[in-house]
Amino acid sequence: MTKEERLKKRHRAEKRFRFYGLTSIFVALLFVVILVQNIFSKGSSAFKKTVITTEVFFDQELLEIQNGSSKEEIMEADFYDIMIENLIKAYPAKDRDEEDELLKLFSGDAEIEIKKAFLNDNSLIGKTITLDLTASDDIDQLHKGNYPRDLPEERRRISDFQLVIYDYFVENKKISKNFNNYFFNNGDSRDPELAGIGGALVGSFYSILICLLLAFPVAVLASIYLEEFAPKNKITDFIEININNLAAVPSIVYGLLALQILLATIQLPRSTPLVAGITLALMTLPRIIIPCRASLKAVPPSIREGALAVGASKFQSVFHHVVPLALPGTLSGTIIGLAQALGETAPLILIGMVAFVVDIPTSPVDPSSSLPVQVYLWSESAERGFVEKTSATIMMLLSFLIVMNFIAVYLRQKFEKRWN
Amino acid sequence: MNIVLIFLITIFSISLFFYGKSKTKTISIKDNIKLNALPKFYGYYLVLWCSIPALVFLLVWSLFEPVIIKSIIIETAANQGAIFSDKNEANLIYEKIKAIHLGTYFGDIDSILRESALAYAKFINLFTNSKVVLIFGIIIASVIYSLKKIKNNNKARDDVEVILKGLLFVSSLIAILTTLGIIFSLLFESIKFFSVINIFDYLFGTNWSPQRAFVRDASSITDAEFEELKDAFGFIPLIAGTSFIAFIAMLVAVPIGLFSGIYMAEYASIKVRRISKPIIEILAGIPTVVYGFFAALTVGPFFRQVGENLGLTVSSESALAAGLIMGIMIIPYVSSLSDDVINSVPQSLRDGSYAVGATKSETIKQVVIPAALPGIIGSVLLAVSRAIGETMIVVMAAGLAANLTINPLESTTTITTQIVMILVGDQEFDSPKTQSAFALGLTLFIATLILNYIAQRAVKKYREKYD
Repeated sequence: MTKEERLKKRHRAEKRFRFYGLTSIFVALLFVVILVQNIFSKGSSAFKKTVITTEVFFDQELLEIQNGSSKEEIMEADFYDIMIENLIKAYPAKDRDEEDELLKLFSGDAEIEIKKAFLNDNSLIGKTITLDLTASDDIDQLHKGNYPRDLPEERRRISDFQLVIYDYFVENKKISKNFNNYFFNNGDSRDPELAGIGGALVGSFYSILICLLLAFPVAVLASIYLEEFAPKNKITDFIEININNLAAVPSIVYGLLALQILLATIQLPRSTPLVAGITLALMTLPRIIIPCRASLKAVPPSIREGALAVGASKFQSVFHHVVPLALPGTLSGTIIGLAQALGETAPLILIGMVAFVVDIPTSPVDPSSSLPVQVYLWSESAERGFVEKTSATIMMLLSFLIVMNFIAVYLRQKFEKRWN
Repeated sequence: MNIVLIFLITIFSISLFFYGKSKTKTISIKDNIKLNALPKFYGYYLVLWCSIPALVFLLVWSLFEPVIIKSIIIETAANQGAIFSDKNEANLIYEKIKAIHLGTYFGDIDSILRESALAYAKFINLFTNSKVVLIFGIIIASVIYSLKKIKNNNKARDDVEVILKGLLFVSSLIAILTTLGIIFSLLFESIKFFSVINIFDYLFGTNWSPQRAFVRDASSITDAEFEELKDAFGFIPLIAGTSFIAFIAMLVAVPIGLFSGIYMAEYASIKVRRISKPIIEILAGIPTVVYGFFAALTVGPFFRQVGENLGLTVSSESALAAGLIMGIMIIPYVSSLSDDVINSVPQSLRDGSYAVGATKSETIKQVVIPAALPGIIGSVLLAVSRAIGETMIVVMAAGLAANLTINPLESTTTITTQIVMILVGDQEFDSPKTQSAFALGLTLFIATLILNYIAQRAVKKYREKYD
């Protein structure tokens, strides 16, 4: 091999090496794109729901209430007959079986939706109004194009006759898509068309709030102590080793800790945001202390010495001068720690947040779910409608995380002083 | 009740602050003495003395009150003739008594329950009253003490700072308390578990099937049951499955992460670096449940489909899908750490290599990487510890049955999956099955602790070398 050939070979190796590096970055970026694209394409349809426009006639004979009845009377009244009577008129069905199949196209909440319309206007008896009633999950998925209609009938959840009704609805423009208010307002449900993340949102909010209230002050005080006051001794070293190790302990271990200490020993209520918040706070604490200490460390000693020189005590120099300067870094570290806590699932599963909770929690000691746990719960469900709901929940979760991270970056870039 | 107490303590503290401030001011004017600190520090001093002892007492009391009341009530119920054979039944009776007291119990109430409920009401009353009395006693005592101090014109600023410094120190102790809490809670149940299951049967057993452990109470196991239990808790299949999935993950994460780290550190322009680094780090910020969803609903079925087309049987919960997705999650851990490590290799080493005519890639391969090797190994070890502690991806995408297999297309299970599976839903606290989850947790905790310790040592040693 001549010198030139050898050089060419070496240059080829150089190019190859560079190509490997570029490819792996590209592959990593590709994964991000595929993941996000996959979630968005599956989830975006969940923000709309399919409704069937139906004429509803409020027949006095079928209702035991009158025009002008009070709210309590309406709430107690039975609207079941009204619902059946009106829904079967949506399509000219021939016999009882066909009527049953027709009724299955509407959601389980059709009666409540009709009742709500009457609650809004209690003079409707004897009148006919048109209502947009939520369609069942199967029709919803079919209308959104998520459900293949060319399967043989026995492998489909929708019968041939229901397809005929569906086509009739489409032809007569009786079926349309509305904004899915249920997705944001409702709690969990066994029916995908009625299931919402309202409960999970509130549960997550309470958990993160408690986590913030517990973790932030303790983390700031602990990092001030370690960075500014701690003497160099074995206890301090031991605390530091502990913090570093805790930051790397798998999150599920915190779940076991919470199960044993918070639930079994102290007997706090299971499945509640209170326990979730305490667990997440313990887990987040070391992850906040580390950036807090870094930002305290970044404040140059001249600031402290300046304060001390004009007669401030050690405490005054720290709390009047160092801490305010370190605050942007501290806050952004806290927000990033909270963002991690918001996405955490495993410890919450262990403390029982996987319970099926329909009601939206009103306080931190009510049983509740949280956004990531809701993702886990729904992804285990078989119904097709839950796939888009799960993806949409992930979209909500990711957008919260993106917002939190942006705030953290903004705080740091806008307010943090550079010391050069 | 507690909220009212906290509210009262706050009100007292705030009023004491203003009282202390104005009182010392008037003293200094009237008696014409020089105060040893600014008046507000006397206020702070009173606030700290008024609130901290009372709040600490309230916290400790609230932690222990329910436990103590419970043991007293169960004892009185037993004295009155209630029969319960184990802890679960005792708990049930206690819950019933509590519900009767709250008026939310609708079952039959016999005389034992009624008497116990009355006793419960009595004790609740007694405890609440004594709590209130004690708290006010503590407040009065500490306020009298601190008022006396400020009347003597103490050095209030110094005293306040001593107290605050103590507060700071206590906050930093929380980290130690958490570690102790983890160790205590894991050991407590694990010791119970190992008193039933021999630790060697656990460590070297090759069969994991905890569902066989149907016995409710560990203390009343017959010999036949014991034989059955003995080989139900073998750890080998779990550690095999965990390491196997972690190995697949590392096969994905190490090359991609390392090459991106090298490219970012050595080749990329500032602009490329500034854009691509945060995007890759998004991968670390995505919640793991999202990866789990992606692996279970998209990647798993996709591999299965591909396998079917190729004539292979691929489980839809294959180790390959879980490992691949876990690897993607770990890429940024490897890439940013190795990026940092490579960046801190001194430029002089590179310059020396260029000076003797090496190309850039030769320099990287033969000079930079060997110099950075301890740091790179440290970052890989940290990534491994992430991989074995990762829960949601494997819970959602890997299997539940413990297979000893090295076929990546089959399903296998991991330590974390088993912990979740055992503890989801209702558990009985004294069954060996529940306790086994804590033994698994302890094993996991020790394994990650050792890995992290080695990794941190390696990175630290390496840093010191070039500082």
